[in-house]
Amino acid sequence: MDRIPILKLGGTLIVTIQVDMHDRLALALEEDLTAMIVRTGARGVLIEISALEIVDSFIGRMLVSIAAVSRVLDAETVVAGMRPAVAITLVELGLELTGIRTALNVERGMAMVQARLVEEGDGHGSSRDGHEE
Amino acid sequence: MTVTKSETLPIRSGDDVVRVRQQVRALAIDIGLGLVDQTKIITAASELARNTLDYGGGGEVRAEIVQAGTRKGLRLTFEDQGPGIADIEQAMTDHYTSGKGLGLGLGGAKRLSNEFHIESTSGVGTRVTIARWK
Repeated sequence: MDRIPILKLGGTLIVTIQVDMHDRLALALEEDLTAMIVRTGARGVLIEISALEIVDSFIGRMLVSIAAVSRVLDAETVVAGMRPAVAITLVELGLELTGIRTALNVERGMAMVQARLVEEGDGHGSSRDGHEE
Repeated sequence: MTVTKSETLPIRSGDDVVRVRQQVRALAIDIGLGLVDQTKIITAASELARNTLDYGGGGEVRAEIVQAGTRKGLRLTFEDQGPGIADIEQAMTDHYTSGKGLGLGLGGAKRLSNEFHIESTSGVGTRVTIARWK
């Protein structure tokens, strides 16, 4: 069965969706990402969708679900590179990408994820004031 | 209004939903729809094909290129022999879902189309027709 590859770059997992998503592929991606967050301790997930010609409620639900599970596992999801026509259609469809941060392109998306890592001092040092200790 | 091209595709699996999208894209390009309109009709088709599969237990779609005067359009008719929809008005409401979906399929498909028509009979099946004009 084909799967969507997941790359790890520092504390971030990067996924580029290049194919027309079908059910099994979507489910496999969700499972793989979840397992990889746990295995690597990643704090950010960047999903690049500039190749996607449509985002329907099925794919939207997959993205929302990935973001929700990631959040529970302490990783933040950013979806980057949505095509303008897809964005227009998504709004008209009425789909809200609840809990998902979006970025215009992969570069800005990466900056968003990195900002979170820096903000939290990557788990050590003085920048953690106000946290739960 | 005349039909200048017509083809029927089965909707029996998730892969069929992908094929429906690809075919609708080809026809949308064929009649010269712009990128945004293409995206809208493909997305609407995807929602309806998934409804046919998930709620209708599978069925088929008839994709037609229609012409009215000088205007060309793409008309899609989704049909299933499933349980039917008891309350269409309720089913059209955003975020209403009888299953695991987000409940945006019917209302969303309507908003993404120029024409929308639904007929459903309990125990007989459902037919949804949408059209997008150039």
